[in-house]
Amino acid sequence: MDVMELIEREQMRGDLPDFRPGDKVKIHVKIKEGEEKERIQVFEGIVIRMRGSLADATFTVRKVSYGVGVERTFLFHSPRIDRIEVISHGKVRRAKLYYLRKLSGKAARIKEKR
Amino acid sequence: MIRGMLARKLGTARIFSEEGHSIPVTVVETGPCTIIQKKTREKDGYNAIQLGFMPQKESRVTKPEAGHFKKAGKGCYRYLREFSIDDEELESYEVGQEITVENFEVGEKIDVAGISKGRGFAGVIKRHGFHGGKDTHGSMSHRVVGSIGASSFPSRVIKGKKMPGHMGNSRVTVKNLTILDVRPDENVLVLKGSVPGSKNGLLLIHKCL
Repeated sequence: MDVMELIEREQMRGDLPDFRPGDKVKIHVKIKEGEEKERIQVFEGIVIRMRGSLADATFTVRKVSYGVGVERTFLFHSPRIDRIEVISHGKVRRAKLYYLRKLSGKAARIKEKR
Repeated sequence: MIRGMLARKLGTARIFSEEGHSIPVTVVETGPCTIIQKKTREKDGYNAIQLGFMPQKESRVTKPEAGHFKKAGKGCYRYLREFSIDDEELESYEVGQEITVENFEVGEKIDVAGISKGRGFAGVIKRHGFHGGKDTHGSMSHRVVGSIGASSFPSRVIKGKKMPGHMGNSRVTVKNLTILDVRPDENVLVLKGSVPGSKNGLLLIHKCL
């Protein structure tokens, strides 16, 4: 293995579950409040994008909050992520679900994988 | 202590700090460098140590170079560079001795020099950060230089006026980079921040004074 890959692999964490675009997930994020204080915030939504490889990988979660679409991108291997819960696996036919941005309500639902 | 070493840029990556911050890093293969020649004040007029980096087949170097390498007796190298050194310290080094990354410590500050990536003949926006003209509203000056000076006084263009021209492919030094990691097994330094030049480009690393 070349040195670059070795250094990147050391940064990666293997404790997170497998999920893919279309899946509904709960991301538990550590948030620092002032000095010493830390709490955990949950961001729940649908994974619409996964990109990058090794330590550089990110994914984007979309949710609709009070009628406003909110998207948040996380670094896959960030120590700030406490844990990830996969709620359901969605049945989708593409890797990037940008089309969800134009849809709302019933149309924005994703079928569950059986 | 030798102040500098030769290195090769391997690429960039990110590293997570303990607090969870993502730190941009550059990975640099540093050494092992072999001392090919010692230059002394009596003989050469100045003190320096000449280092060879990246072994090369003898058939790949010119005959005069091969003869020079033969004096050290440690094979041929692709790159040769000199680093200045104090009188007393010069004596503690021998020709043929190998210098490794262990010359550096974690947390140390270094300066890195390299040849920046060539941008060719670049316009004034890329080269000097001009803002450019309007794209719309009937404007016909989008990325042009604009006015280069006043009229009958001074009747000339002031020297040093920023204009389009060749950009990049020149020596650039980045100062005060922090060493985040030293890996003697792989001959590698992990530096915080970026470093001039492309992957596999030659770099000169100096300890900060």
